[in-house]
Amino acid sequence: MTTPDISIESDRLPQRKSVLQHIGSLARKQPLGFAGGLVVLAMVFMAVFAPWLAPFDPEQANFADMLVPPGSTSEMGEGFFLLGTDQFGRDLFSRIIYGARTALLVGFTAAIIGSCAGLALGVASAYFGGYFDLILQRIIDVFMAFPLIIMALAIVAIFGTGTEKVIMAITIPFIPRCARVVRSSALAVREMPYVDAARSIGYSSARIIFRHIAPNVVAPFLIMLTAFLGEAILLEASLSYLGLGVQEPTPAWGLMLQGGAEEYAESAIWVPIFPGLAITIAVFGFNLFGDAVRDALDPRLRSQ
Amino acid sequence: MKSRLTRFAASVALGSALVVGAGSMPASAQEQGGELRLVVGSDIPSYDGHIESTFGMIHPIRPFYSLLIRVNPDNPSSPTDFVCDLCVGEVPKPTNDGKTYTFKIRKGVTFQDGQELTSADIKATFDKLAFPPDGIASNRKAYFAMIDSVEAPDPETVVFNLKFPSGTFIPSIAMPFNFIYSKNDLDERGYTWHQTNVNGTGPFHFVEHVQGSHVTGKKNPNYYHEGKPYLDGYTSLIAPKMSVRLQAIRGGQADIEFRGFPPKARDDLKEALGDQIEVQESDWNCVLIVTPNHEAKPFDDPRVRQALSLSIDRHQGSEYLSKIAIVKTVGGIGFPGHPISSSPEYLEKNIIGYSKDIEASREKAKALLKEAGHENLKFTLHNRGVDQPYKVVGTWLIDQWRRIGLDVEQWVQPSTPFYATLRTQKNFEVSLDFNCQAVVNPIADISKFLPSSGANYSYFEDAELESIYAELLATGDEGKQRELFAQFEKRVLNDLASQFITLWWYKINPYRSYVKGWKIAPSHYLNQSLENIWIDSAERKKQLGG
Repeated sequence: MTTPDISIESDRLPQRKSVLQHIGSLARKQPLGFAGGLVVLAMVFMAVFAPWLAPFDPEQANFADMLVPPGSTSEMGEGFFLLGTDQFGRDLFSRIIYGARTALLVGFTAAIIGSCAGLALGVASAYFGGYFDLILQRIIDVFMAFPLIIMALAIVAIFGTGTEKVIMAITIPFIPRCARVVRSSALAVREMPYVDAARSIGYSSARIIFRHIAPNVVAPFLIMLTAFLGEAILLEASLSYLGLGVQEPTPAWGLMLQGGAEEYAESAIWVPIFPGLAITIAVFGFNLFGDAVRDALDPRLRSQ
Repeated sequence: MKSRLTRFAASVALGSALVVGAGSMPASAQEQGGELRLVVGSDIPSYDGHIESTFGMIHPIRPFYSLLIRVNPDNPSSPTDFVCDLCVGEVPKPTNDGKTYTFKIRKGVTFQDGQELTSADIKATFDKLAFPPDGIASNRKAYFAMIDSVEAPDPETVVFNLKFPSGTFIPSIAMPFNFIYSKNDLDERGYTWHQTNVNGTGPFHFVEHVQGSHVTGKKNPNYYHEGKPYLDGYTSLIAPKMSVRLQAIRGGQADIEFRGFPPKARDDLKEALGDQIEVQESDWNCVLIVTPNHEAKPFDDPRVRQALSLSIDRHQGSEYLSKIAIVKTVGGIGFPGHPISSSPEYLEKNIIGYSKDIEASREKAKALLKEAGHENLKFTLHNRGVDQPYKVVGTWLIDQWRRIGLDVEQWVQPSTPFYATLRTQKNFEVSLDFNCQAVVNPIADISKFLPSSGANYSYFEDAELESIYAELLATGDEGKQRELFAQFEKRVLNDLASQFITLWWYKINPYRSYVKGWKIAPSHYLNQSLENIWIDSAERKKQLGG
C-alpha cells in the first residue's frame, strides 16, 4: 500500500516575493503613484547627498561666470555648468540640488508638525465632545475661512521672513485642516465598544486618545500628511517668490524663480526655467504619491 | 573752487550727453499738445512734499507745484546751475556779508483755486519748512538750520536772514520738495491739509488720483513760464512691479519711467524696440550705506566694523554689479566727481576698503576680527524688500563677507516694517540704509552720517564728528571746506567705521523716443515738473499707430 501523495498545489504556501517583485508589482498596479514615489525618493536623495552631488558651492558668487548658458564651462576653468549660472555667477544645478533640501526641510517639517498637531486636536475634539468640541470647531471654522496662501501671508507679515518663520506660516494653516478631517473619522471610532471598555477600566483620556483612537484614524491622517507635503513645497515656493519666504543667498526654488523671472525671462531664460521645472516636478511627484497612498489606504479603492 | 565747480558741471553735463537726442531740438520744433503717460513704481504716501522723501510722491505730484528757485531744467546735471521759478531775474547774490538773500516774486501767478500768489505765501511756506510748529513734521528742517528769519516786506519781496553765511543755502532752497503752498490754505485749512489735497501754481492742474491706479493732471492755462507746458496733460500710472513697468513701456501703455531701470532691462528694451527707445544715463546722488548697530555687540567694536568694510571688493563689485543692478561708481561719502568729494586715487590710498589689493585687505580684516575675538562671526544683515538695488547689493555683501569666513544671513522686510526696525525697534545687527538726495550738495548731504542727524541708524555718539561738521558748515573758505570734508570722511569711514559706503547708484532711463525735451539729472527727484517735455506726435503715431 502506498501512501497517496497528499500534497495539493493549492495548499502550498505562496512564495514570498522579493523586494524587486514588490516594486514591479506596485509599478504595474500604480504606475503614477510609483512615478511620484520615484520623484520623492530622488528629492530625498538630492537633499541628503547634496554636498557630494553639487559640483559648486551653491552660495558662492563667481562674477566671471555671470549668466552663463547651460552646458558651458567656467571662464576660470573651474568646472562645467550643466544648467548654466544665475546673475551672481552661481551654478544653477548646485542651487537646485541644495534647493531640494530647503523644499524638503520646509515641506516635511510643516506637513509633519501640522498634521500631527491636527491629529491630536481632531481626536481630542471628537473624544471630549460637548463645549470643548463646539468651541474648537468654531475656532477651526475661523481658520479655515482663509485660503491657505492668505493665512500663510498673514503669518509671515506678523512674524517676518526666514526659514523657521516660513515653516511656522505653513504649519499653522495645516493644523485646522487636518483636525477637521481626523475628527470626522474619530467620531465614529469613539463609539466603538473597545473605547467604552477602555474607559470603563479607568484608562486616562490621554491613553485612550493616543493608544486606542489615534491609531484607528491613521488612514485619513496619512492621506492628509502626503497631501500636505506637496502643498507645503508649493507654499514655500510661493512665499519665496513673493519675497516673503527664505532669503538670499539660501538656495530655494521659489527664490531662484523670483530672482530670475522678472529680469531674465527673456535674456537668460535658463535662470527662471530650471527652478520652475523643479517646483513643478516636485509638486506633481508628491501629489501623485499622495494619491497612491490614499488609494492604498482606502478599503473601497483597494478592493477594486 | 569756482572753476573746479564749473569743470565739474561741464563734465557731468557731458556725461549726461549719453543722452541720445533728448532735448536737442531747436525751440521752434517743440510741439504743443498730447498726453504723457509716465509709470511710477510706488504708491503715493501723501501729497505733501514737506513731509515726504519718495519719488512715489514727487513724480506724480511735483508738476502741480512751483518752487522759489530750482535746478535749471535745461541743465539739470549741473550742481551749481540754479534759476528762478517763482522769483524773477537771476538767483540773488547774498548781501550783508553773505547773511541776507532778497528775492523778487513774480506777479500774476495764481493757485489752482484762483488765489493770487504773493510773497506772503513764500514766507508761510518756508516758515513751515524751517520752523514747523510742534507736532508738524518737516523732513528737511535740518537743511534750513542757517535760516534765522523769513520776511515779506511787500507782496513782491521775500527776504531770508541767515544766522551765518552758508554755501548750502541756495541748494537747500532749490530742493524739489519745497512746494510753495498758499498762506491762506495753511492758515485756514491747517498744516496737514496738503497731505490729502492739492492746490499749487505749477505747470499742471490736479484732476484726480485713483488710489493704487493713477494720477492725472491737465495743463495749467495760466502758467507763468511762457509757452509751457507743452503737454495738454499727463497720467501717472502706479505699478510697483518692475516687470509691469518695463512691459508697459515695451507694449506702448506707458511712455517713460523716471526712477530708472537696471542694465538688463535697458538692453531688453533696446533689443526689442531698437530706435523706438532712447536712453539717458547718469551718476546718481544716491548710495546704499552699510549701517552697523553700535548698540548691538560685537558691532560696538570699531575693529569688527572696519573688518566688514575691508572685506568688500568695491572695484570688482563696480565692474560686475553694474551689469545687473543700478549701482556702478566707487566713491566716498560725497557725490563722486564733485570737487569737494574725494578722488578715486585719494580713496584708494587713504580710506579702508578702497584698496585694489583685496587679498591684503581681507587678510587685514581677518586679523582685526581675530584681535577682536570674533573670527567666526555670525550675524544677520537687515535689508529692505526692494530688489533694485537693495537685495542685489545685500546678496553681494553677504558673498563678500563669506570670503573672510563670516556666516551672514539676510533678513528682508517690506519698507514700512524695515523703517520701524531701524527707527523704533532697533533690533538689528547690521542693516542697509540709503542716502539719496535731490540737489547735489555734498556738505548738506553728508549730514546723514552725523550721530545727531535723526536719520542715522547706527546709534552712536561722537563729539569730534559733530565738531568737524559744525566747523565745515560755518566756513566759507573753499580750501578749508575741502580739508574739513576729508577729515569728516576719514572720521566716518576709517576711525569710527561708523557706517560705510557700498557703491553709488547709476541712473538708467530708457523711454519711448517720441518723448522729447526731458533731460536726466543726477537725482530721480530733480527736473520732474514735466514742463519741458513734449510729444513728437508723428513719431508716436508711427510707433503706436492710431
